Amino acid sequence: MSAYKIIDHEYDVIVLGAGGSGLRAAVGLSEAGLKTACISKVFPTRSHTSAAQGGISAALGNMGEDDWRWHMYDTVKGADWLGDQDSIEYLCKEAPKAVIELEKYGVPFSRTDDGKIYQRPFGGMTKNYGNGIVQRTCAAADRTGHAILHTLYGQALKHNTEFFIEYFALDLIMKDGECKGLIAWNLNDGTIHRFRAHITIIATGGYGKVYYSATSAHTCTGDGNAMVLRAGLPLQDMEFVQFHPTGIYGHGTLISEGVRGEGGYLVNSKGERFMERYAPNAKDLASRDVVSRSMSIEINEGRGVGKEKDHVHLHLSHLDKNIIESRLPGITEAARLFANVDVTKEPIPVVPTVHYNMGGIPTNYKAEVLTVNGSEKTVPGLMAIGEAACVSVHGANRLGSNSLIDLVVFGRAAAMRAAELVKPGTPHEEVSETETEKCLARFDKLRNANGETSTAELRLSMQKIMQSKCAVFRTDKTLKEGVDEIRKVYDGMDSISVKDKSLVFNTDLVETLEFDNLIRQAITTVDSAYNRKESRGAHAREDFPKRDDEKFMQHTIAWCNGKDTKIDYRPVHKTTLTNEVQYFPPQERVY
Amino acid sequence: MVQINLPENSKVQKGKYYKDTTGSKNIRKVNIYRWDPSTGENPRVDTYEVDMDNCPSKVLDLLNKIKSEIDPSLAYRRSCAHGVCGSCAMNMDGKNGLACTTPHSEIEGDINIYPLPHLKVKRDLIGDLNGLYKQYQSIEPWLKTNTKVETTEIIQSKKDREKLDGAYECIMCACCSTSCPSYWWNGDKYLGPAVLLQAYRWIVDSRDDERKERLKKVADELKLYRCHTIMNCTNACPKGLNPAKAIAELKKMLVTANL
Repeated sequence: MSAYKIIDHEYDVIVLGAGGSGLRAAVGLSEAGLKTACISKVFPTRSHTSAAQGGISAALGNMGEDDWRWHMYDTVKGADWLGDQDSIEYLCKEAPKAVIELEKYGVPFSRTDDGKIYQRPFGGMTKNYGNGIVQRTCAAADRTGHAILHTLYGQALKHNTEFFIEYFALDLIMKDGECKGLIAWNLNDGTIHRFRAHITIIATGGYGKVYYSATSAHTCTGDGNAMVLRAGLPLQDMEFVQFHPTGIYGHGTLISEGVRGEGGYLVNSKGERFMERYAPNAKDLASRDVVSRSMSIEINEGRGVGKEKDHVHLHLSHLDKNIIESRLPGITEAARLFANVDVTKEPIPVVPTVHYNMGGIPTNYKAEVLTVNGSEKTVPGLMAIGEAACVSVHGANRLGSNSLIDLVVFGRAAAMRAAELVKPGTPHEEVSETETEKCLARFDKLRNANGETSTAELRLSMQKIMQSKCAVFRTDKTLKEGVDEIRKVYDGMDSISVKDKSLVFNTDLVETLEFDNLIRQAITTVDSAYNRKESRGAHAREDFPKRDDEKFMQHTIAWCNGKDTKIDYRPVHKTTLTNEVQYFPPQERVY
Repeated sequence: MVQINLPENSKVQKGKYYKDTTGSKNIRKVNIYRWDPSTGENPRVDTYEVDMDNCPSKVLDLLNKIKSEIDPSLAYRRSCAHGVCGSCAMNMDGKNGLACTTPHSEIEGDINIYPLPHLKVKRDLIGDLNGLYKQYQSIEPWLKTNTKVETTEIIQSKKDREKLDGAYECIMCACCSTSCPSYWWNGDKYLGPAVLLQAYRWIVDSRDDERKERLKKVADELKLYRCHTIMNCTNACPKGLNPAKAIAELKKMLVTANL
């Protein structure tokens, strides 16, 4: 592989990904005096955090009484008791501090009459342990993610974070089970870069693009997750894929839950507010898995709207025009552009759409990556945060507005833990060339692939299989078909074709490397789903409609080598972090 | 004599022609600027015949279709596909915009697609925005506050918060700056509309304690006053923002401010 020019770098810590969590970590690392590099395949403000709309949860209590313990209870229940309660306690307790910090960074939050941060109601967010709705979701109109991402990028600039932008990461460098850095391809000039670091923090986001219809950006390909799989480490709870109730029909663009938070509601072809039947208390503000399932049932039973009766309507034209203008301007624009709808007059056609991956790289609440070898073990030198990580605070189903808070709380936690573990300027030990050779062999093989099938064809087959076999409702039959068919797509890689052989902005090769990443995660997802014979949160099995705490109150741990997977389980953490709150034992989950 | 031709290696040549292979009756011709630095060849314009019966509505859909079905070597940036990330800014039918929000039905005749004007091209439709990003950094886009309060937010009235509307929404796509003739000629010194809009955003933030210093810093013949109110910026903004107005506000503040 000597044909490739390799440029070496040494850092105390590297962060892969420059979305909300990656930037927050990078800021903390720079503050701690650690020599930090932040590597991203897109310019930081292009990251998918920018698409988050509704808000960021924290029990500030600006709009009525609130308590972080109530937030914790809601999150545990939203997660259908698959979340680790020590991590959830940490998230909810740290949340108010994290939001105040963001405000001090300059995030332009919307305001209350007395000038405090505005908070709106959101799905599953309740007061006093499920008794009534609380306003907990802090919002900057319906552009909260955009506002946070741009502000965090500003903070990173303030701290002179070193960025490597439009670098595509290829593989981790591992030595005796420890991570020593990573190898990346600079799209700008085609060179290969080897980053040595004492700690590598993966913040590469989700992998929504394994599905055909997703609110996810084209770049949401879970590159970090796949790097972890190739390093021989497992991913956790990959079967839990969140379908957001309101993606625009036919296009997939996200319409924020904030619409329902501000008083919007869903209606079927009979004009019924059907959520009243499925969730008598929370109605349209039940958690996302519940609302998506209810919509799917309405559609399956023939009460969908439109020519094909395959979607439902989201009404908001009854809302005060000023509220639409000041609090929902972004979705007003999206509805006009992608559904040709004037929201002040007509409903938006919506359908459940893939939105978020609860699963990912297993970590503890300090963001250290875990593996299972008899019992839980940390992987030295490796951390993960954000949607790429599975801490697990979201368990089987994430509550809306809990992802933005996850980004900043655990981005900060990772930086603090790294500062404890690494002394600035510690010398790096030698790593053999084998890892580099292995990585470049894969890169070179794909670059020179001269088969008959285009990457786009294989990607489409994968997406269609996942969409039809591993969707909102699942059965043994559909999942088994998925398990088999997805492997045929994997085999198709043998005849893949990459037409472009150049190295500068070769986006044909980028998409092929992304597909190689996606297909491994698709296999892991459908295999994990096939093996979980119960219904919990976003994983709804028609043949096993009940939750089975005895057998499955456990995290799925899945290794994937090529198309071979190994599935194991580890118990959910059933203890809290401190005595400030008691463990919430499993209950029946009704909204 | 002054030579006013393009240098030889910049002349755009006629490129490849990709004929339709689907037999569709509903074909449109799409002409796309192509340049690959690794070939040593001049830029060219390739023409693709595209079956419009099976193509969703936006220019980005059209590009994705060409890349997936006709020519995988075509390079362009794209990410969110709904107008919030700012990746797919380009010049379509002579106008700057986001490919993901621009309907191709609004373009008459052949569809001509070029990179954003007056940027160094990295490849095909990918322009070099590093200059603009450095200028963005130069306005110090972070809150500077002397507040000692740590446990609560800084109070900001609804009215003060409203001043940020129309400014904080900028997605840094550079459609405005690269449509500005003044920025074309003096892009190394003039900050341009995108960056000035962000300078304005921090200057009018009631929570910021360095308003005067920020104003002083921007009050420069080249950085600010190269704006000649041409208004292309406001016309080009795909988010409906008005950078020209923000620049005018800055000029007004400088007249009235006691610096």
